[in-house]
Amino acid sequence: MNRREFLNSGLRFTVAIGLGATIGHLLGKSSSQQMVWQLDPTKCIQCGKCATSCVITLSAVKCVHVYSMCGYCDLCGGYFRPEARDLTTAAENQLCPTSAIKRKFVEDPYFEYEIDEELCNGCGKCVKGCGAFGNGSLQLQIRHDLCDNCNECAIARDCPADAFTRVPSNQPYLLTGIEG
Amino acid sequence: MKRIFTHIVLLVFLLIQTVSVNAVERFPKPDFESGYETPSTIMPDPRSEALAILDVFVLIAALAITRWFVLKKRSRRGVFWMSIFSIAYFGFFRKGCVCAVGSIQNVVLALFNPEYSIPITVILFFAIPIVFTLFYGRTFCAGVCPLGAIQDIFLFKPISLKPWLLKVLGLIPFLYLGISILYAATATDFVICRYDPFVGIFRLDGTFMMFVLGGALILIGVFVARPYCRFLCPYGVILNLVSRVSKKHLTITPSACIQCKLCEDSCPFDAIEKPVPAKEREDSKTAVNRMIRLAVIIPLLVLAGGFVGSQFHENLARVNPTVQLAQEIMNFDDSQPESFEVTAFRSAGRSADDLYKEAAAIVQQFYIGGWVLGGFIGLTFGLTLASLSIFRYREDYEPNKGTCLSCARCVDYCPVKEEL
Repeated sequence: MNRREFLNSGLRFTVAIGLGATIGHLLGKSSSQQMVWQLDPTKCIQCGKCATSCVITLSAVKCVHVYSMCGYCDLCGGYFRPEARDLTTAAENQLCPTSAIKRKFVEDPYFEYEIDEELCNGCGKCVKGCGAFGNGSLQLQIRHDLCDNCNECAIARDCPADAFTRVPSNQPYLLTGIEG
Repeated sequence: MKRIFTHIVLLVFLLIQTVSVNAVERFPKPDFESGYETPSTIMPDPRSEALAILDVFVLIAALAITRWFVLKKRSRRGVFWMSIFSIAYFGFFRKGCVCAVGSIQNVVLALFNPEYSIPITVILFFAIPIVFTLFYGRTFCAGVCPLGAIQDIFLFKPISLKPWLLKVLGLIPFLYLGISILYAATATDFVICRYDPFVGIFRLDGTFMMFVLGGALILIGVFVARPYCRFLCPYGVILNLVSRVSKKHLTITPSACIQCKLCEDSCPFDAIEKPVPAKEREDSKTAVNRMIRLAVIIPLLVLAGGFVGSQFHENLARVNPTVQLAQEIMNFDDSQPESFEVTAFRSAGRSADDLYKEAAAIVQQFYIGGWVLGGFIGLTFGLTLASLSIFRYREDYEPNKGTCLSCARCVDYCPVKEEL
């Protein structure tokens, strides 16, 4: 073994030990759980950036309807624009810019509201309306069937309320008011 | 009657204009008489755990197969097909996340931030390519990294770059690595992911800038081989250093070099070291003098770099969102409409002093980080200088173990085909 080879193998062992020590240290505080991004609706201020910042066109953040909290109001603060003339499903009365909320008559005077996630862009206008005038049953959430789970979530970076966190993938939703 | 009542209640709320409060039961859930069942809220599951573990196994298998193609089979064709596989699997199927290049930041964040718990699969994505490099050279770069592979398959007309240009551009990855570690350690931003040029292509979706950057790099890469790998990639820096001490490495010839010069221009990465004629060897006196000079210059460069870095720590810290917010609150102007950040901060009910304290602590971290970053860049400059002035006597054509990406293009040029 000449001098070069000796130096090389010495350095190789040093790198191996260094790497081993780092990995060992990290394994001590690692989690076997995968982590996924989620947003905390209690921190969310409905700024509208979820609709524009996501790397997926038509964001992975959608409005999610927690039915168990809904008051089934006729005059829904999430469905109608504040200056709506009639309480009808006509486009000019709707708050949602993509008409993603479907209003269905249940029984007098109750209406069911359903989110069409194919249309929802996660802008949060309805969430703001429902939170201001209703029960807050409309909440923004990352839909994990759509989310690419980027290493750095582009919305998390832009979120002004710091509402995005990594959560363990066995509890991937942070909805408030879910029963059970 | 009930309907009118609802309207009145709503009108009251409209007048009061309450701010968003979550989960307040203003309207109790109705008791339906028509037998209506409340639908349950659908919550689709994330990608399963098992698939994340499968990714790790695919990574190990891909590295092992590439190693076999590079070292045993000596087949460029094999490495090429591995590249195609990696683009398909790690690129388009896995959409480029999480990759070994970006995992540097998770590892750094986990080392500096006790609250961040790093998934084991991410640690493995960081460590496994390094382990393979330690034993077999940069086989990860050769055909497993999707970012490298997508550039490699578009390399049609490679041109050779001047050595001085290679050295200068080769400094950029060190700078990039230093900055991304600083920002990851301070939990500011994941710069590598943010400016990942190819992830938009893998997702078939992304911002305009992503496609411009990715497209430009691929276009440049038609002539200048793998521009991202050689002149930007921060993970490449780590693998470059580790590969220099690797146990085994790709060799151009399977047995003894016959000095035929056929491989001389075969490397698109200018990573083939030519033999150095014996007459160019310097005498030991000048070598000693040079070493003494370098021993003075390198520490000076480290100190100077550290000093310059520390002077820029406030500029570096300005990227941090907490520092930004503190600055915004401090210089708040009533005549301007408040930003979303300020609104969110006010509604969270945290005191401004608390925020200032946190921001000051982060700026202090950046002061230390500035010294370390600057010192690191100074050291890089110094060692590059040293490497430029060292003549290493060499008889045969050999790949440079640091910069060689083990793509195995050169082996096809070697006329010595069999082991003697």
